[in-house]
Amino acid sequence: MDFFDRFAVPHPSFLIYASMVGIGLTMVAIVLGITYFKKWGYLWREWITTVDHKRIGIMYLLVALLMLFRGGVDAIMMRYQLSMPDNKFLESQHYNEVFTTHGVVMILFMAMPFITFFFNYLIPLQIGARDVAFPRLNALSFWLFFMGMGLFNISFIVGGSPDAGWTSYFPLANNEFSPSVGTNYYMIAIQIAGMGTLISGINFITTILKMRAPGMKLMKMPMFTWSAFIANVIVVFAFPVLTVLLAMGTMDRLFGTNFFTTGDGGMDMLWANLFWVWGHPEVYILILPAFGLYSEIISTFARRNLYGYKSMVASMVVISVFSFLVWTHHFFTMGQGAFTNSIFSITTMAIAIPTGVKIFNWLFTLWKGKIVFTTPMLYSMLFIPLFTLGGVTGVMLAMSAADYQYHNTMFLVAHFHNVIIPGVVYAMIAGLTFYWPKMFGFMLNERIGKWTAWIMSVGFVLAFIPMYITGLDGQARRMYTYSESTGFSMLNMVAFIGAGIMAISFALLVYNIYYSIRYASRDIGSDPWDARSLEWATHTPVPEYNFAITPQVASTQGFWDAKKNGHELFKGKYEKIHMPNNSGWPFILGCIFFVFGFAMVFSIWPLAIVTLIGILVCLVYRSFEKDHGRYISVEEIEETEAKLRGVKNEDR
Amino acid sequence: MKELFPVKQVMGFVFSLVLTVVALLVYFTDMSFPIGMTILLVTAFIQAGLQLVVFMHAGETDDKKSIYTNVYYGLIIALVTIFGTLLILVWDM
Repeated sequence: MDFFDRFAVPHPSFLIYASMVGIGLTMVAIVLGITYFKKWGYLWREWITTVDHKRIGIMYLLVALLMLFRGGVDAIMMRYQLSMPDNKFLESQHYNEVFTTHGVVMILFMAMPFITFFFNYLIPLQIGARDVAFPRLNALSFWLFFMGMGLFNISFIVGGSPDAGWTSYFPLANNEFSPSVGTNYYMIAIQIAGMGTLISGINFITTILKMRAPGMKLMKMPMFTWSAFIANVIVVFAFPVLTVLLAMGTMDRLFGTNFFTTGDGGMDMLWANLFWVWGHPEVYILILPAFGLYSEIISTFARRNLYGYKSMVASMVVISVFSFLVWTHHFFTMGQGAFTNSIFSITTMAIAIPTGVKIFNWLFTLWKGKIVFTTPMLYSMLFIPLFTLGGVTGVMLAMSAADYQYHNTMFLVAHFHNVIIPGVVYAMIAGLTFYWPKMFGFMLNERIGKWTAWIMSVGFVLAFIPMYITGLDGQARRMYTYSESTGFSMLNMVAFIGAGIMAISFALLVYNIYYSIRYASRDIGSDPWDARSLEWATHTPVPEYNFAITPQVASTQGFWDAKKNGHELFKGKYEKIHMPNNSGWPFILGCIFFVFGFAMVFSIWPLAIVTLIGILVCLVYRSFEKDHGRYISVEEIEETEAKLRGVKNEDR
Repeated sequence: MKELFPVKQVMGFVFSLVLTVVALLVYFTDMSFPIGMTILLVTAFIQAGLQLVVFMHAGETDDKKSIYTNVYYGLIIALVTIFGTLLILVWDM
């Protein structure tokens, strides 16, 4: 039985056992459900083997929402634990595991797939392409990401969760201080998911550079595509650092190398340094696409073209360079001299300038606009003041001398939640509401949507503003409990109530989806918001080839000008369309990667070697595979277009 | 016949061999650490540039501009990361 002992959870508790039972029952229910309704074939043909960017996007969305739930449950557990002094709900080890999981899940498995969902769904539609540049690789990206996510998520019931924080600093993360396999899970699961992200980064850069519709110069791209382009450039330059870093960390833990040890020529601080060389650009990878979505939404509902298009693009380019120049501000207190800290203080403050340019551009877009307050617009309007508050506290943190007071306190926790929630999460929900009719053919209920936005904002303010205060009073982050004499208890209770209100708003979001599926009108046409860019120029639901005729673009808002100023988007007649074939290869390779990762986590070497050979076989097979895709005939296009009511000609 | 003979590639190949030999000298001769390191760094960067331009045809398509922009961007970020790390962990620790 020795072999199986390693899979036991080192610090079990009632909650973990209950989750095991819950997960087991859910899995059985899913398998039985799919078998009962005979959906295995459908699932395999239409989803698992798909290379269609729209379907891959929707799968990313499902994962993101699932992970939002998981990370949210972790957050509520932490807030409850801290709501009262000397609370016995979680013990310290369990609390460590929960905050580590919360951080990794929310950043890498919630926010990342959410923005990748928008990349996948929107980029080809916005630039008038039929798919991404490498559809098969795109599917591989998804399955690698999915398997990495799966591997990380089973950690808490098989072998134990990572417990060294989402930053996993050495020496805490080495074998001596983190003896369980948890940190192996961290290293390997993020490595696999990160490969997927890096591959998508290359894919989207190529797509945007090479596959734009005729007439769409770089400076005529919609703002979301611009932000996605910049974000993916950052991905391609930042993620290799993470790949190398995780490989070095894995070798330290599994093979006894000395990269991050405190003796033998190793340097533990190098982990923190390289982690943030990746970690800070990562923040901008998340926020830039969010800015792009706000730009689309604000200009649509202010019924004006975006103010300062060129300065928007320029500010993003500047941000992309600066994002690589500021990483030291995450560890001002590590011991480097005042000279270094001053340099990075100044670069950090400087990055507020291009961000400020963007805020003012949005305000000027609203100026003299005919503003329509829809749900996506409401989120955008709530975003501007709340995000600015987070930005201002960011500048406070950027002052290296003052940072010695804020470092590792709840003030910091409040700051980064204050930028990430109104910045990224609001953008994701606003974008989801905005593009929901494009994806599914009906709109989400506006009334429930606005309630959700307001309740979420009230919850947000109650949950995070108190943390600024307790942080300044000295409440450290990642402490699992505190004594009553500290005086933190009242504000922490308020924060717990705020977190509860946020949970209610997410429940309302789910209810809204359910309600709208049942009651929303399906007769909304293909442009329900009176929007401006190309993705709205095709049918709803979007046919698999996106555009029957490749659009020809002459302005930054092609569809608006086609509607109002008589530009002609679709010239010529139908021609046969070349499309890629579906393939099971990405899914199979992903599965092998999952087993490989599992074998590595538990150091089961024979299995690791066998699966590694399997991976190589898959790669060789793909190199020699001949697959020239297929053609959709003109008759088939005519049939599809007629079924989608052939609105294209009547619309003009 | 003249336009068929890839003079540029052959010269490039010879030059890259020369660069390799120079780099190998660092191992086989007894020179001080700073001099050896300088030779390695200089030959490595020239070698990388040579491969990119001569053998990977970086400048020969319409994408010339985006390829070089990407290369310069990557170079800047690599240098900033390396010198920043040296500053933080060695020079100013």
